Formats: sequence, C-alpha cells, structure tokens
Amino acid sequence: MPTSEDFGAIRLTLELATVVTLLLLILGTPIAWWLARTRSRLRSSVGAIVTLPLVLPPTVLGFYLLLLMGPSGFLGHLTQSLGLGLLPFTFPGLVIASTLYSLPFFVQPLQNAFEAIGDRPLEAAATLRASPLDAFFSVAVPLAKPGFVTSSFLSFAHTVGEFGVVLMIGGNIPDKTRVISVQIYNHVEALEYTEAHWLAGGMLAFSFLVLVAMNALKPRQKAAEP
Amino acid sequence: MEETIMKRIVFGLLLLCSASASADEVRVAVAANFAAPMQKIAADFEKDTGHQAVLSFGATGQFYAQIRNGAPFDVLLAADEETPMRLEKDGAAMAGSRFTYAIGKLVLWSPSPGLVDARGAVLEKAGFGHLAIANPRLAPYGAAAMETLTKMNLADKLQSKIVEGENIGQTFQFVATKNAALGFVALSQVTKDGKLESGSAWVVPGKLYTPIRQDAAILSRGRNNPAALALAKYLRGAKAGAIIRSYGYDL
Amino acid sequence: MKPVDARLKLERNEFTLDVDLSLPGRGITALFGPSGSGKTTLLRCLAGLERAPGGYLYVAGEIWQDGDYFLPTHKRRLGYVFQEANLFPHLDIRRNLEYGMRRSGIRRIDLDNALDLLGINHLLERRPENLSGGERQRVAIARALLVNPGILLMDEPLAALDLARKQEILPYLERLHEELSIPILYVSHSPDEVARLADHLVVMEKGRVVADGPLSETLARLDLPIRLGEDAGVVIDAVIGARDEAWHLVRADFAGGELWVRDNGMTLGHPVRVRILARDVSLAAAHTEHTSILNLMQGTIAEIADDAHPAQSLARVDVGGTPIVSRLTKRSAAALGLSPGQPVWVQIKTVALIG
Repeated sequence: MPTSEDFGAIRLTLELATVVTLLLLILGTPIAWWLARTRSRLRSSVGAIVTLPLVLPPTVLGFYLLLLMGPSGFLGHLTQSLGLGLLPFTFPGLVIASTLYSLPFFVQPLQNAFEAIGDRPLEAAATLRASPLDAFFSVAVPLAKPGFVTSSFLSFAHTVGEFGVVLMIGGNIPDKTRVISVQIYNHVEALEYTEAHWLAGGMLAFSFLVLVAMNALKPRQKAAEP
Repeated sequence: MEETIMKRIVFGLLLLCSASASADEVRVAVAANFAAPMQKIAADFEKDTGHQAVLSFGATGQFYAQIRNGAPFDVLLAADEETPMRLEKDGAAMAGSRFTYAIGKLVLWSPSPGLVDARGAVLEKAGFGHLAIANPRLAPYGAAAMETLTKMNLADKLQSKIVEGENIGQTFQFVATKNAALGFVALSQVTKDGKLESGSAWVVPGKLYTPIRQDAAILSRGRNNPAALALAKYLRGAKAGAIIRSYGYDL
Repeated sequence: MKPVDARLKLERNEFTLDVDLSLPGRGITALFGPSGSGKTTLLRCLAGLERAPGGYLYVAGEIWQDGDYFLPTHKRRLGYVFQEANLFPHLDIRRNLEYGMRRSGIRRIDLDNALDLLGINHLLERRPENLSGGERQRVAIARALLVNPGILLMDEPLAALDLARKQEILPYLERLHEELSIPILYVSHSPDEVARLADHLVVMEKGRVVADGPLSETLARLDLPIRLGEDAGVVIDAVIGARDEAWHLVRADFAGGELWVRDNGMTLGHPVRVRILARDVSLAAAHTEHTSILNLMQGTIAEIADDAHPAQSLARVDVGGTPIVSRLTKRSAAALGLSPGQPVWVQIKTVALIG
C-alpha cells in the first residue's frame, strides 16, 4: 500500500504540475505565438532555445540550474538581492525548473496550432477593425483550442513524470520537493519494490488516462472552410 | 558447395565465440564514489596481469536490480555491505567471495574556508542555510551522517535545514555549488593525496558512526572467469591498498 | 484631390509593383489583368495587409500612408472581401456579421439593411461550414459592409465559385452598385464580370497600370483589345425604349443610336448595359438591305490598329459619339480601303444585354 509519504508526494506533484501548467499558459502562449508569426531572424535561435530541454538530458539542465540558482549564479544573485533567498530546495525553485523543462512540450503543439490557422483569419479580423491583440484573443485563441488542449495536457503529464531536473535541484524534502518520480526512485533504490509498483503503476495508468483524455477532448479536425 | 560454405561460417562463428570466452576480460560494476581510485587500479591491474577490466559506474541499488535481471557483470564493487550480502542470498553472487575492499570515511565539508571548525561545533550553532546529506535510506554515507547527527543530539534541531542528495555524488554537488552551505560527504571526494583540496572540513570521528564498509563480490557470471578471480585478489594486494588509502578510504 | 489617390512601389523577388493611380469616389472600379499582374497585391497594399514602404495613400478623406506614416489595417475605414469568403469557422453567421459591427459601432438597422441587400436573413443561425460557396460569399460581403467602410475592396469574390453560384451572386453585386455611395474596387480577371459590373476600368500588367479610365472609353481603346483577346469589345449604357411584341424584341436606345435585342422582359425605361464584342461587328462600305443582320448603323472610322494576329485589324468606329470596335481581317480592310474619317456601315451580329 502507498505510505503517507507517498500520498504527500502525489499531492505535491499534482500541485507542481498545476502551477507549472498555469504558468506555461501565461508565459508559453506568447512565445508560441511569436514563434508562429514572426519573420525575425531571431526566430530560429529562440526556437532552438525553447526546444533545448527536449534534447538535453534533464541532469544537464538540472546541473546548470543548480549553478544558475546558486549563490554564485545570476539567478541566485537576483533572488537574493530581492530578498527571496535561494531557489534550490524550494517549491518555487521546482516550479521554475519544471516550467523551463516542460516549455517545449507546451510551446511546440501550440505553435503548430497557431501556424495552422494561417494568415487569412487574422487578416479578415484586421479588416474588421480588430487590433492585433483583439484578433489574437477573438480569433487565434479560439481557433487554436485543440493546440491549447494538447499543450496543457502534455505539459501537465510531462511535469508529473519529470525526474532528472527535480533530482538535481530538489533535495528530496518531504512536501516541498519530494515528487512522485523521486519517491519511486527512492523506493526502487531502497529495494522497496512493492511500494515502487504502487506508485510506478499508478503513474503509468495516470499518464495513459491523460493521453486518452487529451485525444478525446481534442475536437475532430473540421474540414478547413473552403 | 553450399554445404562447405555453411560449414565454414559455423566454424568461424565457433572460433569467434571461443575467442571471446578465452579473452581474459572482467566486467566490473563499480559504485560511483569509488570511480576515481578504481580507474587507477584497473590500469595497474591490466599492466600487472594482462587481464582487462571493463568498468561501469553507477548507483549500487540500480546495479542490484540490473544484476538480478541478468546484467553481464562479473564483479560488483558496492557502496555498502548489504547489497553483496543480498546478492549472495539470492544466489546471484558466488558464496564466500565477499570481502571489504574499502572503508569510507565521513567528513563535514564546506567550500568556504573557515566555516567548518575542527570539532564540528558549527553544527550546534546552526548559523547556516542548508546542510546536505545523502539520502539515508539509500546511501551508506547518508545513513552514517544521520547516525552522527543523532549521536550529537542534533538530528531534530537540524531537520528543517537538511537537504538530501540521492547519492553521495549529488550531495557533494549541492555543497560544491554552494546551494548548501555545508554537507556530509565522503572524505574521498574532498581530499587528494591525503590533503584537503579546498574549503574547510571536519573529519567525523569513527566513534560517531558505524564504519561504512564497501564490499565487493564475485557474481555468478564471473565464477569461472580467471580475470574476475584475479581482480578480487588484486584488490586486496598492497599496490591497490595504497591507491585506495590515497583517496581517503580506510582499509 | 481625387477621392482615392495611390502611389505605391513594392519590390518582390522578380516582381515589382509600381502604381500611381487616382480613382473616382463612386461606382465600381475594376482592377483587371492576367494573374501575376499585381492586382491583388495592389489591393492588399491599399488594405495595409501588405506594406509598400514609402508609398502614399489617400482614401476616403484620410491619409493612410505617407512616407514613414503607416496606418495599420484595423484603423483603415475599409471593407475587404477575400477570394475565399474567409468567414470565422468558430462563429455562427450572426456572430461573424457582428464581429466587425461591434468594433466599428454600427447600428442595428444597418444589419437589417445588409441582410436584405444580400438576401441572407435566413442564414443567421447557421455555421459557415453549412453554407454553400455562394451563400458564404454573400455573408462575407455583408460582413465587409457592416464596418461602415469608406471604400469596399473586393478580391476576385467570384473566382472560387462555379458558374451557377456566380449567377446567384451577380445580381447582389449589381444591387450593391446601385445602393452604395462608396467606391468599390473590384479585382477580376474575368471580362464578363468587368463588362457587367464596372464603371471604371484599370488594366494592369506586370505590376503596372497600362490603361485607366471610364469603362466604355477604356474598352474602346485599340491598344487594349489585344489584351482582352476574344473578349475584346465595348459596353454601352442604354435604356429600353420600345418593345416589338410580335417579334419578341426590345429596343435599347443609347447616345448614338438604337439596338434591337431579344426581349427578356425588361420594362420600358429600364437602364440596361449592352455588350458588343469586336468579333461580332463587321463593316460595310455601303448600306445593304439584303442581310440577316438586324442592327445596322452608320458611323465614321476613328482609328485603325493592328490586332494580336498579323492577319487581323481592329477598327474603332464612332457611332453618333459612342465608340464601337470591330475586328476584321487586314485583307477586308484593304479591300474596303478603310482609313480614319471614312464613313462606314456597322453591322452588329450579336448584342448581349447584361443586367
């Protein structure tokens, strides 16, 4: 049976994934929009930076975050001078790291959805007196709804399943940074295979259900308006 | 015609198999904390015996799971006593082949000079941010650190300051990057040739914790491998012993 | 200053748009030319969907572009009808129509007018994907009108429709023509549409304006028919003046004369448009009674020019002040000894009533 520690890890993980997904909706959406629409020469560089967490081993990202957020790092200097202390071993630290790590999982599907809209509906909106911001909310967002569904579900599931980055900067503190994946690792390492099975199996089922829900929620692609 | 070709191919394959079997190669699973000294020892071992040691580094718990599931290792150099014992009980290690190849020493270390005093009194004052230790449930160094804190009656007081690395390597990383002000790490991680490399440290007296015995065992797969037996013997020799000591381990 | 004034220059790889154009403040101006001639690009520049840096644009009493100044599309008082209707697929028809209304403070009564004008009252609760192509385009036109535009820009609004759908929409476009007091800029590569709808014609080729003027005048220019090919001809505005019920004919009277055409039920006094293709007009030196041709008129050769094919000529004949163009072989022209100033008889084989 799952222990109370396990339940703590589950609660913390869901909390983390929720906060991260909300944060990505706020931060990732403009990035996806910019990448989908810009003709700037910076596009490929910014796109690459956003995609980087997808190809980097999480431990690499975690290690650099540990350095960056540490007392000698840029972020560490910043948070300390703002009186926030240091980010490693804290929940906000995990949130920031997970947000970075899940960024490509959020941005890419949404960027594709934005690109699929094409110029025409936005041009129509402009000729109907909608400012670019207005057109974004009244045309682009509703048309990209399937993209938002995919992006949110993927980032949520990905944050739940994230391990390497958390391991690097978490410090295994109960109710603060000890998430499910770390708890599974602890169980496996301690040869507590029964407990590990409870959590690992649960995670497998959860991830499967999330993906099923995502596909069910995604509206069928309607034939493009002729 | 075709038959002769087939025969040749089969013969060639047999030759290949026998060649790899007779090559004196030993595959060794090495606890991550012992990586550096083992590389040196393996180089000498090859020079002195002609056998080749192929090293894999990793966490002892993972090695256990891998070996139980048929990983091709001949010898395990664990970070603890329990794992080789358990493998022997499981029948995955050769009975009676276990021996202690090194005894780890615990040190309280900080990269900041002068933070850690010679008696570890810094712990009582508790004027620091985070204290890093290895996960006591997983890593022997972590268990030793908790034991030390308990003996010093500081475990409860410092509980809120403790951050855990999943292994001793990660614990060292927390401290080295100064995200934790100080931490209990392996003496082998902070000394070179018997001297502290940087910062300040307190070598925890042996009476405060159970010795961290790192045991080795010959695994079932290495039972008939002369190179495996040779390595086990070599590890107990004087030459290997000197290297092990120079990295901050006891024998 | 003309109601619409555009000086635009735009360099694209292998394509340059270079236009200096003034347009009237009323009626339909057709932007005509082959594909790739830059008419759609010009329209998009007018709408601000495309940027032509350093250009000058004055429309509907406002400067839209001048030097570095560039008024963004959503601040330009224009209506735009795309080739594809381009309705918002996530909104029903009512919301599609209200989209622009809300943003430009249009009154409710205008909505009713637009619905009536385009005959789309019954479509309000439907969704774009459930409309026919013609219905969609009518909604798109209504939507463009419901932002109180100072100019209506239409980019080949019929090009994506089949003939039946075109026939369905054309009457609505003619009503627009009659009822709107704003200029309409209408991109087309169809001579039929131009002949039927336009008052003013701008012919474009390779990014430049090659002809520009009132429709009948411009169509009668002999350097232009070459570009129209088989569709070369003139358009004459006339009025139904008489009916011959016995032979099912009506008489269309115009400034220079009268034409008998098939009676398709138009009332007397109704203004009509008559199209006479150059290939249907032949010339004779003398009047002849012995012919099946109904419409015979006397005129004077105004100009003779070469046609695209070396065997052919084009002649512009002045018939009581109205120009008519005839296509004839050079051999015939030589046999008749045609030259400017010479009186001729014009024989018109086919006359098409368009609207």
